[in-house]
Amino acid sequence: MKTDSRMQVQKTKMAPLIWVVLLLSTCLTGLLIWTVLKIPRPLPSLAPEVANRLAASGVDNSVTAVLLNFRGYDTMLEVMVFLLGAITIWSIGHAPFPPKIQDTSPIQTAAVRLLAPFVCIIGGYLVWQGSSHTGGAFQGGAVLSAGLVLLLISDFLGVQRVKSLPLRLGFTLGPLVFVGMALWGIIAGGSFLSFAPHQAGALLLLLEAACAVSIGLTLAAFFAGGRPLDDLREEPYSPGQDEGEG
Amino acid sequence: MTNLLYSLTGLILFIFGFFALIVCAHPLRKILGCNIMASGIFLFLVATSYRADAAAIDPVPQAMVLTGIVVSVSFTAVALILAIHVRKSVPKNPQLGERSRKDEAAS
Repeated sequence: MKTDSRMQVQKTKMAPLIWVVLLLSTCLTGLLIWTVLKIPRPLPSLAPEVANRLAASGVDNSVTAVLLNFRGYDTMLEVMVFLLGAITIWSIGHAPFPPKIQDTSPIQTAAVRLLAPFVCIIGGYLVWQGSSHTGGAFQGGAVLSAGLVLLLISDFLGVQRVKSLPLRLGFTLGPLVFVGMALWGIIAGGSFLSFAPHQAGALLLLLEAACAVSIGLTLAAFFAGGRPLDDLREEPYSPGQDEGEG
Repeated sequence: MTNLLYSLTGLILFIFGFFALIVCAHPLRKILGCNIMASGIFLFLVATSYRADAAAIDPVPQAMVLTGIVVSVSFTAVALILAIHVRKSVPKNPQLGERSRKDEAAS
C-alpha cells in the first residue's frame, strides 16, 4: 500500500473585508462599462482643427505639434514633474553604488563601450525625427537614458562618480529652456509660450534638444536612486549613514 | 467593435490595479497596482479615440497618453525609492512592515 505522502495544501481564507472590496469593485466595473457604452459616437475630436493649423506650428507631425506647441503648457509642467521627482529622490539618500568594482565581465564592458555611441546617435536622431515622424524629446530622452543606465550598471567608475554640479545643471536645463521660451513668447509680442510661425520650427528643435538631455539624465538618476557621494555643501559621507532613521 | 473590446480591456485593467492597490499589503504590489491602473487608462484613452474612417489619428489623446506615461514613470521611481527606505528603517520600527511581511511570507 502506498503511503499517502501528498502534501496538504493549506487553503488561505480570504478575509470578509476583501469580499466586500471585491463586490464593490465589481459594481464599479459594471458602472464604468455602462458609462463607456453610453459614450456618444462619433466622438468629438480636435483632429481637423489640428490639421488646419499644422502648417503654422513649425513641425509636420500632429502629435509633436500638439505636445510641444498647442499644449506646450502641459509639457512644461510635465518636465517640471520630472525635475520634482529627481529632487525628491536626491533628498532621500545616496545612490547605492558599491564602493569597489565587483568582478566585471569583459564582454559586458566591451559591448557597452561599443553600444554607447550608437545610443547617442539613435537618441539624437529620434529627437530630430520628431518634427516629421513619431519621435521628439521624450522618445529620444528615453533612449539616451537607456544608454546611461547601461553605463551605470557596467561598472564604469567615471559614470558612477560623476560630480553633482553638472548633474544639477543637466536636470534643470530642460525646464529652464522651456520657461525661457515661454517668457520669450511674451517678449517677442504674443502671449506666454507662443511661437511665431516662421520661427517655430527652429525654436521647437532647440526646446526638444534641451529637454531630451534633461530627460535622459533624469531617468538615469531615477535608476541610480540617490544623490552622488560628493554632493554640494554636505558633510563627508560616512558609510552607514543611510541605514534608516531612528 | 474591436476598439470597444480594447476600451473594456483597459477599463478592466484599471479595476484590477485598483483592487491590488487596496487589498495587497506589500508596498511593491501596491506600486505595481498603480502602474497597471495607469496602463489601463492609457489603453482606454487610445482605444476610445480610434476612428477607422479618419485618415489621420487623433493627436490630442496620444499627447495626453505620452504625458501620462512620463508622469507614471516619475511616480513609480519616487514610490520605489520611498519603499526601499521604509524597508530599511523597519529594524528600528518593527510594526512598520508587519502586514507586508505576512503578505510576502504567504506568497
